[in-house]
Amino acid sequence: MELENRMVWDGNTAASQAMRQAQIDVVAAYPITPSTPIVQNYSQYAADGEINGGEFVMVESEHAAMSACVGAAAAGGRVATATSSQGFALMVEVLYQASGMRLPIVLNVVNRALASPLNIHGDHSDMYLGLLSGWLNICAFNPQEAYDMNLCAFKIAEDMSVRLPVMVHQDGFLTSHTSEVVHPMADNVAYGFIGEYKSYNPMLDFSKPVTYGAQTEEEWHFEHKANQNAAIMNASGVIANVFAEFEKLTGRKYKFIETYQMEDAEEAIVVMGSAVGTTRLTVDRLRKEGRKVGVVAIRVLRPFPKDELAAILKNLKSVAVLDRNAPMGTTGVLFNDVCAVMLDNSICIPALNYTYGLGGRDTTLEHLTKVYADLQECTKAGKRVKPLIQHINLRGKELSFFDAK
Amino acid sequence: MATPEHLLKDWDGFALGAVLTSFEKTEEWIHSDNNSFTYSVADWRVEKPVFNEEHCIHCQFCWIYCPDTSIISKDKKFSHIDYDHCKGCGICAHVCPTNPKSLLMYSERVAEDSALANWPKKEKKAGEENS
Repeated sequence: MELENRMVWDGNTAASQAMRQAQIDVVAAYPITPSTPIVQNYSQYAADGEINGGEFVMVESEHAAMSACVGAAAAGGRVATATSSQGFALMVEVLYQASGMRLPIVLNVVNRALASPLNIHGDHSDMYLGLLSGWLNICAFNPQEAYDMNLCAFKIAEDMSVRLPVMVHQDGFLTSHTSEVVHPMADNVAYGFIGEYKSYNPMLDFSKPVTYGAQTEEEWHFEHKANQNAAIMNASGVIANVFAEFEKLTGRKYKFIETYQMEDAEEAIVVMGSAVGTTRLTVDRLRKEGRKVGVVAIRVLRPFPKDELAAILKNLKSVAVLDRNAPMGTTGVLFNDVCAVMLDNSICIPALNYTYGLGGRDTTLEHLTKVYADLQECTKAGKRVKPLIQHINLRGKELSFFDAK
Repeated sequence: MATPEHLLKDWDGFALGAVLTSFEKTEEWIHSDNNSFTYSVADWRVEKPVFNEEHCIHCQFCWIYCPDTSIISKDKKFSHIDYDHCKGCGICAHVCPTNPKSLLMYSERVAEDSALANWPKKEKKAGEENS
């Protein structure tokens, strides 16, 4: 397909175009809002003969979609799909199968709230649901990144020293349905970057029959799961190399953690997803007032970049972590990850946790300005003077937990 | 049987994804250590099938129905039972069409020659006269 140097694409189009360029062998998919256009676009490419002989399989559910992906990947092909929310929840059982079998599948997760109550809009409930499933997790904050991270995801997943499935996250609607200028690569350049698929122990190699999905009881299971966890931890080197190679090709530089105005920052917000852009704008505004504030955006959520984060946080005077998910009885997942890094590195600063954006609730410059104001109060006092958990843009009287002592 | 010590590899000592290879040398049918070919599950069994050649018509029903490939046939004739892999489900005896049966289930403790010596006689069908 002929592409212009600059295309106007939303996040879904960007992801589906990257999938087309990857020359995938099998896409098995079941559409669900807001990731539907990825599946829809890809089926159109298939109907138009644009997927280079690959298979597009329509299945009866997301459980079946990921199951077909597992089968195709074990058979020895390049495989990808997309989903959101309830569909993601239905896939969960098979997500563990895919990662345990070390099948390098790429899954686009267009983040959406989980019912009940039913909601089609963006938050990170589905992303958080999958964090223990043994996949690598990479976050895209806009359509360009959705395109770029998809291409990188194939290359990372399929590296012979990684061989793990990768999720590429983008926010439902705010990224998936927002059109922006995207600079794509030509088809041959994008495919050249990913490279030809190399199979590993493919089931279709009849000269070497293999068993996938073996049973391992108490004398085996621990070793296999420890091996898998080690592979996730050790994937950092490959991710860094792929990002470096991508930069050489496109000039677009990606890091495990994207920092903004952090060189001299005293206060920072740690955040993921489409809210990253809004937080950067908030920082631009506050910097004009002389505030030393910055943004820490997590690009690679698993493996969690602990050392990189420690280096970024070490000179801060206070920090806020935003979780786009109801923590349901404790502090947010991202907050907990950040605090574990601070504890291990003796970074003893006030840390605040905010729940925001559930079910697509707006988070604006004003809301984030208030977060930075809270941080400023903590910095001045030299301790946490705000509740540990607060809510951004929640209607009603203030709801917070664990008041300042 | 418990996994033999020499098969218990360390966490970094096995193929990715718990993938198991069936053969060391596929063309020569040399099975790998982690293939169940060399692994006995005889101790899962409470009852065992006993084969009586005298009545067998080599219909191959038992060979087709055995869920564990434990009925071994050669040249379309019953050869023997693979007691390392037979789990004693009794399907072979159930599907055996001869009268009397050519396969019957016995307790593990019953010796084969004793089972054969006391094999049941042909059963008469309803209404059949004594010959």
